[in-house]
Amino acid sequence: MTDLQSLDLRRRSASEDTPPSIRHQPEVAKLIDVSRCIGCKACQSACMEWNDLRPEMEEFVGAYENPHDLNPAAWTIMRFTEWEDEAGNLEWLIRKDGCMHCSDPGCLKACPSPGAIVQYANGIVDFISENCIGCGYCVKGCPFNIPRISQADHKAYKCTLCSDRVAVGQEPACAKACPTGAILFGAKEDMTAWASERIDDLRERGFDKAGLYDPPEVGGTHVMYVLHHADRPSLYAGLPDKPRISPFVQIWKSAMKPIALAGLAFTAMAGFVHWVVAGPNEVQPEDEAKAQDILKHKDRT
Amino acid sequence: MTNTWQDIKNANVVLVMGGNAAEAHPCGFKWVIEAKIHNKAKLVVVDPRFTRTASVADYYAPIRPGTDIAFLSGVMRYLLEKDAVHHDYVRNYTNASLIVKGGFGFQDGLFSGWNDGKHDYDRASWDYELDEDGHAKSDPTFQHPRCVLNLLKQHVSRYTPDVVTRICGTPKDKFLKVCELIASTAAPDKALTSLFALGWTQHTVGSQNIRSMAMVQLLLGNIGVAGGGMNALRGHSNIQGLTDVGLLSNLMPGYLAMPKDAEPTFADYMKTRQFKALRPDQVSYWKNYRKFFVSLQKSVYGASATADNDWAYDWLPKLDVPIYDVLRAFEAMNSGKMTGYICQGFNPLQSFPNKAKIRSALGKLKWLAVMDPLETETANFWQNHGDKNPSDPSKIDTEVFMLPTTCFAEEDGSLTNSARWVQWHWKAADAPYEARSDIEIMSGLFRRMQAMYRQHGGAFPDPILNLNWSYLNNDSPTPEELAKEINGRALADVKDASGATVLRKGQLLDGFAQLRDDGTTTSGCWIYSGVWTEHGNIMGRRDATDPREQGLAQNWAFAWPANRRILYNRASADLEGKPFNPNKPLISWNGSKWEGIDVPDFVPTTSPSAGVGPFIMQAEGLARLFARDQMREGPFPEHYEPMESPFPNFLHPKVATNPVARVFDSDRAQFGTADKFPYVGTTYRLTEHFHYWTKHARINAILQPEEFVEVGEVLAREKGIGQGDWVRVSSNRGAVVCKAYVTKRLKPMDVDGKPCHVIGLPIHWGFTGAARKGFGANTLTPFVGDANSETPEFKAFLVNIEKAAGPVA
Repeated sequence: MTDLQSLDLRRRSASEDTPPSIRHQPEVAKLIDVSRCIGCKACQSACMEWNDLRPEMEEFVGAYENPHDLNPAAWTIMRFTEWEDEAGNLEWLIRKDGCMHCSDPGCLKACPSPGAIVQYANGIVDFISENCIGCGYCVKGCPFNIPRISQADHKAYKCTLCSDRVAVGQEPACAKACPTGAILFGAKEDMTAWASERIDDLRERGFDKAGLYDPPEVGGTHVMYVLHHADRPSLYAGLPDKPRISPFVQIWKSAMKPIALAGLAFTAMAGFVHWVVAGPNEVQPEDEAKAQDILKHKDRT
Repeated sequence: MTNTWQDIKNANVVLVMGGNAAEAHPCGFKWVIEAKIHNKAKLVVVDPRFTRTASVADYYAPIRPGTDIAFLSGVMRYLLEKDAVHHDYVRNYTNASLIVKGGFGFQDGLFSGWNDGKHDYDRASWDYELDEDGHAKSDPTFQHPRCVLNLLKQHVSRYTPDVVTRICGTPKDKFLKVCELIASTAAPDKALTSLFALGWTQHTVGSQNIRSMAMVQLLLGNIGVAGGGMNALRGHSNIQGLTDVGLLSNLMPGYLAMPKDAEPTFADYMKTRQFKALRPDQVSYWKNYRKFFVSLQKSVYGASATADNDWAYDWLPKLDVPIYDVLRAFEAMNSGKMTGYICQGFNPLQSFPNKAKIRSALGKLKWLAVMDPLETETANFWQNHGDKNPSDPSKIDTEVFMLPTTCFAEEDGSLTNSARWVQWHWKAADAPYEARSDIEIMSGLFRRMQAMYRQHGGAFPDPILNLNWSYLNNDSPTPEELAKEINGRALADVKDASGATVLRKGQLLDGFAQLRDDGTTTSGCWIYSGVWTEHGNIMGRRDATDPREQGLAQNWAFAWPANRRILYNRASADLEGKPFNPNKPLISWNGSKWEGIDVPDFVPTTSPSAGVGPFIMQAEGLARLFARDQMREGPFPEHYEPMESPFPNFLHPKVATNPVARVFDSDRAQFGTADKFPYVGTTYRLTEHFHYWTKHARINAILQPEEFVEVGEVLAREKGIGQGDWVRVSSNRGAVVCKAYVTKRLKPMDVDGKPCHVIGLPIHWGFTGAARKGFGANTLTPFVGDANSETPEFKAFLVNIEKAAGPVA
């Protein structure tokens, strides 16, 4: 989906080595301050405009989420949760959902296609469509349930953190459009520092458990949230309390991959030995007769 | 707005009541967030629904729709009782100490002067006692029983916290908490800003809702100060401009009054507009009325307006009724009295109450001309869209003309925002196909009409033949030409008292202070004088320099009047001219003149010792806790139930509703009762859409595709309505079938022991555009309006709700 020329890579899916980088790049982050977000969907609108996406117009199904879920043409949506605390006080928790750009990206780890998923030096995780084989392993690998496979071109899609804009020194379209400054973008270090000021303010206002969502389980993320209830992220429409890359991906990447590769090598070797020892397999006359019989049988039914 | 959008960041408390700023004004709402982050402000929301604004609030309290006056009167009672009052301010800058006539009174829901036969008030007793000089008597010690402050205390004494709770359904502890937060800004260096919109205006008591809050702000000393004010968040980018240039039928540009039948001569007209000061040494700026009027007439009629013909006063239409508002226009249409209609830039079939009546009225026209960039429902009212627009084209004879206009981005021009900033904008793209600017279309209509009058004569050709119309291209005046005409210029050399020439003939005016009443100046709208001077297009300025970082960039565009950003800023300083809040001063007296970051209310060398009040448009120079005769319902706000309400008015059961509300007899029959329609309906907007426009845009249609209503969980359970189920919401005027959003954000309120359920009706869907077809919430709303502004009551009416089968197809 993107222009690779101006972005240095840190990691590349299904590849042992990555192109060398001579530049040191600071890590970027998008900070979503849930306590400032009014759920206006300007970010959704800007995302559609910038990336030229037009998801289908759906129906109303009893929720403010429109489209109802992420899809190949909706890379971000607002999720709305009406939540009452133990004292019966209502809160309307509104969270912008989309790719978290993990430092340790499950999608990239799971991806079997070389270069279909890359992580840039600045931390952005991007899908490179021309390399994507549409296998859906990234969907399984993602702890946040973000990538979606298009039924039209059988490729995976998700938020790029506007890597094309970032590459030329601009903020993502959603951050640009956000009217209340609930979406900020910059160096991860600066975003973390600003978040701590916001958290102090929220604590002063009575949100004792306010905090930053930057889950260490995935090595931290390049999309972070300021939450009023950081002790319970799952209140916010199921944001994982402890995101974890599926153990299958871990096994695939650690134990299974060498074993599978060894198995593959063994099979190839065995085939070669068989060819040397027994010669190539050939079609025998009785095999041919059986095949003809099956075809005839098929014609009758 | 008395203040500006940016100034909201200076507030200590932001009260959003009578509006939903985050939802309807998301861009401006950034300043509320700024106030929270950088000024540690508390955001307080009082609303029937837990809104998007409430989602980021520090404190939320529910209120039953249509009971804001009771709530705010309760707040006033609280402030007076707890002495949370800015005393210097109230004593010196409001009319609290003035003495009211002996005949004034209030009993059983009616003020003195009620005439049962006329169904209206004689407002003679609603005024001050005057001394022999014609000045209002006062008692600065507040001992006099009829001084405004004591009358106010007495009037609001009935609104105890218990009474407020019984009327409003707001839990008492929540009401008191809101009072406490509001009261914290009575300190001279603290300010509360009131952000409101249609949640207050769209009631039969709309103007009085706003007055109530203005009175709260005066008691707190929060008008004219940084971070304070009464801030009406306008609903269109240029709706402020619409009222400024007088597009209401009872107004002429700059809030001059349209003459009435009872004022057949110019002398009659001016008799009630001398605006003599009611206290010594006051500015009483409306005393210049004649200058504004004559300059306007010179602008409209040019050389044909002379002293001899009373500046062409006879050519102005005279109103036979107080105002031809939209309700009256459609009533006249529906009864066959109005047969032609030019509908420029709005969509009455969706936006006016009682859709069936609007549809019927449009069908009785001989012709309808619609000027709009979009294909509106109004232009297609004759189409049959089943239940959603049941028209029978074979029975409609109306000839409809659609005149496509340019959009704002397809033309140069100015927009006036809520903060009274007149800002120039530049064309970004060419208009598609045959679209023309509104200016070009109106010019074309006028030029052809004028030619017909010239050729064939007519009943009264003078005003049309003599209209001043001289532009480079008379068929299409440019926005620049019109802007200069509005600003005004000298028609002859203008000299001051000493005989020195202050303006050369032809020179553009610097401001309205230069206007004359002898026909030597013109101005198309006096308050806009200063928008395009000899220094060029002042509206086009884009200098964001903000000397104290208080959100006052004096060199950004132009703010009327006189580039003043915060109205009544004199009131931000004490009697000696020292700012009440030294951390956020606006202007201060330096011993010889007023200086600061804003343009002072009056001549900058006016010493504080001159005793000139900050409220220069009032004849007494003071802000009015007692409104004199300026409001139709009375000088103090009083709680009246909405025209349709499930609850009696236990304060005065015989005068339950606003006695002077705008109602036509033919519409009374269509009011519903609570036995059939037991729930309170209220309409509103969603962030994803702008009125009925953005449903034409695909992205907005994706973001909110389909009509729905919001129902509380408790009522939904009672009615067996599940999430996303089809429901039928009905009033005595029609029914809407759509899906239900069952929500925790609409909780039943306990009103005097009975539950009050509110049904929420977002308004955005119709039968044109990219979104799914809908009925439109105005299918349900009653044809009744506010007594002062005639604004329809969209925020409180009776409905029923039941589970329904979905549409067949």
